[in-house]
Amino acid sequence: MTDTPGFDPARRSFLGAMAAAAGVTLAPGVMLYAIGRSPAASAKPLDAEASAAVRWGMLIDLNRCDSGCDDCVSACAEENGLRGFGRPETDAQWIRKVDIRNPQTGNSKSLPVMCQHCEDPPCVDVCPTGASFKRADGIVLVNKHTCIGCRYCMMACPYKARSFVHEALEDQKPYAPRGKGTVESCTLCVHRIDADRQPACVEACSDTGGGAMLFGDLNDPESDISKRVASFATQQIRADLGLNPGIRYRNL
Amino acid sequence: MTPRRTCIPMLACMLAGLAGIPYAACASGTQERLNPLLPVIPEGQGTRCVEDTDFMRRNHMDILKHQRDETVLKGVRNRKYSLKECLDCHVVYGPDEAAVTASSPTHFCRSCHDYAAVSIDCFECHASRPETAEMPDHPRVSGNVSSSSASSGSR
Repeated sequence: MTDTPGFDPARRSFLGAMAAAAGVTLAPGVMLYAIGRSPAASAKPLDAEASAAVRWGMLIDLNRCDSGCDDCVSACAEENGLRGFGRPETDAQWIRKVDIRNPQTGNSKSLPVMCQHCEDPPCVDVCPTGASFKRADGIVLVNKHTCIGCRYCMMACPYKARSFVHEALEDQKPYAPRGKGTVESCTLCVHRIDADRQPACVEACSDTGGGAMLFGDLNDPESDISKRVASFATQQIRADLGLNPGIRYRNL
Repeated sequence: MTPRRTCIPMLACMLAGLAGIPYAACASGTQERLNPLLPVIPEGQGTRCVEDTDFMRRNHMDILKHQRDETVLKGVRNRKYSLKECLDCHVVYGPDEAAVTASSPTHFCRSCHDYAAVSIDCFECHASRPETAEMPDHPRVSGNVSSSSASSGSR
């Protein structure tokens, strides 16, 4: 990685700002107003579009995450109708528990890993059809209507967060359509978020797990997650890649 | 009688079907079917559809396609044109009193699509019956991944 020029978010945002400035110059007479963030930005009406003023994120406190607990994994499978075929290599996996240990010190941690909902997602960069996309509120999704199942995004994802559906399915959950020949991953329970509810893993973690997961709007300075991210040191996995994931970890 | 002659009444039937003449006669599954070639279209559970029947017959595919992009890409979740709402209302119960899936020829969507010989791709991914139906029991996805190195959490 040191030989090749890496991805530079600062360069991209600079180019983006230049393009925006050019756009304003090219379209005189068009006034652009920045829409102020309302305090209840998270409570989106069902018929409203996802707002770019919101950035959904999650903070996971690993001191509260027990190695033996996989309540988040089972809640995800239950919520989204993920059913295995007894083939762990290819069965869909939207969230998994990863146990890590530092061999030098013996210090071990257990962390749930799912789609990290990057601000600059590599899966979106490589998708040839535009099926892999980032919603305005920062949720990275697969549009299965246009996904051709090429699996470039699975190769590009540094978190191995995506799965490919190898088998014909039936009786999916009505709010979580999924089918053979398409790629899928954690949707951050987008159907729940649009209904002003928490993702299933977060709910399960606070109900029966250790209460390690906190979900909220990273753009809203008044939200619990923003306050906690501001007061404590938190980490992103592979922060060196500069992708700015929306999933953050504490005590990693 | 030559084979050509036997074809003529059948052709007449098909032409009549195409012209939509006996639609009213076959619109309800409870009514006696006047022509066995025409589909039995089950009635919805609600009082009336979100649009007129004629409009829906011609335009349901465009409505659903527009709605799907609005929902997936932008998160607009109007209930009026939602596929889920269609299926909730147009649920058909089988002999075992469970809601039938699209694998049954009596399914609302299939009853017409079979007749029109138009395949439906929706149900390769979408649920074809309301969620209250019993789900078949498959082994659950699970899996703890262990790693002995603190740095190999991602790759």
